[in-house]
Amino acid sequence: MKKWQDNRGWLFILPVFLIVAFSAVVPLMTVVNYSIQDIFGPGQRVFVGTEWFREVLTDERLHEALWRQLLFSGLVLLIEMPLGIAIALMMPDKKGFGASICLVVLALPLLIPWNVIGTIWIIFTRPDIGLMGATINTLGLTFDHTANGLHAWITLMLMEVWHWTPLVALLAYAGLQSIPPAYYQAAKIDGASSWAVFRYIQLPKMRGVLTIALLLRFMDSFLIYAEPFVLTGGGPGNTTTFLSIYLVKIAVGQFDLGPAGAFSLIYFLIVLLFCYLFYQALQNVGKGEQA
Amino acid sequence: MAQISLDEIAHSYMPDPQNDEEYALKRIHNIWEDGGAYALLGPSGCGKTTLLNIISGLLKPSKGRVKFGETDVTDLPPEKRNIAQVFQFPVLYDTMSVFNNLAFPLKNRGFDKDYIDARVREIAGILELEPVLHKKAEGLGADAKQKISLGRGLVREDVAAILFDEPLTVIDPQLKWQLRCKLKEIHEKLKLTLIYVTHDQIEALTFADKIIVMYEGWIVQIGTPQELFEYPNHKFVGFFIGSPGMNFVPCTMAGDTVRIGTKQVPLDSRTAELGQKADGNLELGIRPLYLKVSQTPAEDSFEVPVKSVEDQGSFRIVSVDFEGHILKARITENDPVPSSTTHLSFPKEWIRLFENEHLLK
Repeated sequence: MKKWQDNRGWLFILPVFLIVAFSAVVPLMTVVNYSIQDIFGPGQRVFVGTEWFREVLTDERLHEALWRQLLFSGLVLLIEMPLGIAIALMMPDKKGFGASICLVVLALPLLIPWNVIGTIWIIFTRPDIGLMGATINTLGLTFDHTANGLHAWITLMLMEVWHWTPLVALLAYAGLQSIPPAYYQAAKIDGASSWAVFRYIQLPKMRGVLTIALLLRFMDSFLIYAEPFVLTGGGPGNTTTFLSIYLVKIAVGQFDLGPAGAFSLIYFLIVLLFCYLFYQALQNVGKGEQA
Repeated sequence: MAQISLDEIAHSYMPDPQNDEEYALKRIHNIWEDGGAYALLGPSGCGKTTLLNIISGLLKPSKGRVKFGETDVTDLPPEKRNIAQVFQFPVLYDTMSVFNNLAFPLKNRGFDKDYIDARVREIAGILELEPVLHKKAEGLGADAKQKISLGRGLVREDVAAILFDEPLTVIDPQLKWQLRCKLKEIHEKLKLTLIYVTHDQIEALTFADKIIVMYEGWIVQIGTPQELFEYPNHKFVGFFIGSPGMNFVPCTMAGDTVRIGTKQVPLDSRTAELGQKADGNLELGIRPLYLKVSQTPAEDSFEVPVKSVEDQGSFRIVSVDFEGHILKARITENDPVPSSTTHLSFPKEWIRLFENEHLLK
């Protein structure tokens, strides 16, 4: 068969190439452009090489934001993954009214726009009229997330857990529902304890969905912007200034497009690296378990 | 080890069953001997799996008691009964090695390590799983996986019965035969009671000493393969067992003969006597294997038109029109192929009479 005949197949995937190029590659290349030049206006630019990268990498405030971000994502995963799995395990397993109600209630936080979530929690935690804030203050404890960094973190974590644990729970629930009943019956006959059922049946069978849950939760929490921006604006002080908030400060607040471009690329590479590591780690879980 | 008694078992999946229709299992009352190989045979939805799950304890019957020997186990959970069950598709603990899969039931029961090790090796030896003992179970073939499921049952020395729920469905045909032989061998070696659910009559006939034929929640007959073939208790058994199934023709008694349309088929004296006592709807039943077709007329033979001849490989099925009813006869491939008409005769010793679908006896 002649080669040109085969090549026509490329036409079928050309649209995908074009879409990906315009939606991802072109904007990314713009950022690369910004990151290696100093741009004053149309036609006025100077090539600066790695200067912006050096500036960004030695920026103390960026380092602090990165550690803050890692701590935040770490806490999110540590709390949301086990909690989501626990909720999924407690949900009614029969297809019925109870299960439907649970699913709808669980999905509610996921349906709310992100900045609305921030607003809800601003009101919820207000010391004067908020249900949570006022209640805590009536108990004699002072709670004010606008003045106290720790309180701001607690509020953010509560909001994040409330907002996103349902996603983990829904994915884990879907994973649990796909386990054929024969596995549970066999485990019963083998005299397995409920811990053993969880450890050797449910957890391995949920591996696929949990990998997805972990990656999604890591990426989303690492890139979080709208909710802390609305709730705390990065404060008090810089205590809740995460990478994305800091990035916006540089890019929009100070209009330093060069450092912002370099920062964005580094940010992107960090997320990519972590996702790769998580994915590899989860793929290898269980493979090491030989007798 | 013990015999299994089913005492007036009935089961319904509905919370408050009103009539027979709502019972998946109607009245089952039976005793299964220790060390027997039983097959539960029936079409899909006849209650085989329900009955199996009642024996294993995965289901609690709506009515009746289950006894192992003298012990009433109706209220005991599956892990307290000494049974093992092999499911339709292999159930494995994917993340464990083959060894740990086999050891799992023993570990859960707190046996010491040396005992577990020895016992697992012994069972792996019987099942020929030694070469893969330290491999992960996940990557093995369906037959090896099914052997592991079986092995998890066999490792427990106290096991009284092994229940199989269509275990060979997912196995390739050549391997099916090997596994079936292995099962037979294990049965002879370990003298365990085996209960085997299947809808495949060949599987049932080759595997079991006794076959329990189920139909719409009833046990219609329990017997050896030969009994089921020669004296089917119910029309369903006649139809379900054998390939093709038994021929049935509505008939009426006329002295020592039965009348079918305008023809009279002679009976032997015992069958005639049974027929004369009956007063329900009578049907004559005869296996295609015993129905005779011949090129030459004989005493008591009828000349009938041939409808079709099917070649089934080692035998042929001849369909003839007898008084408006299609009857099938089985002839060997060496017999001459009948053309437009042939001579049909009903050997007296193979004629069975059925009254309201039940065998007269």
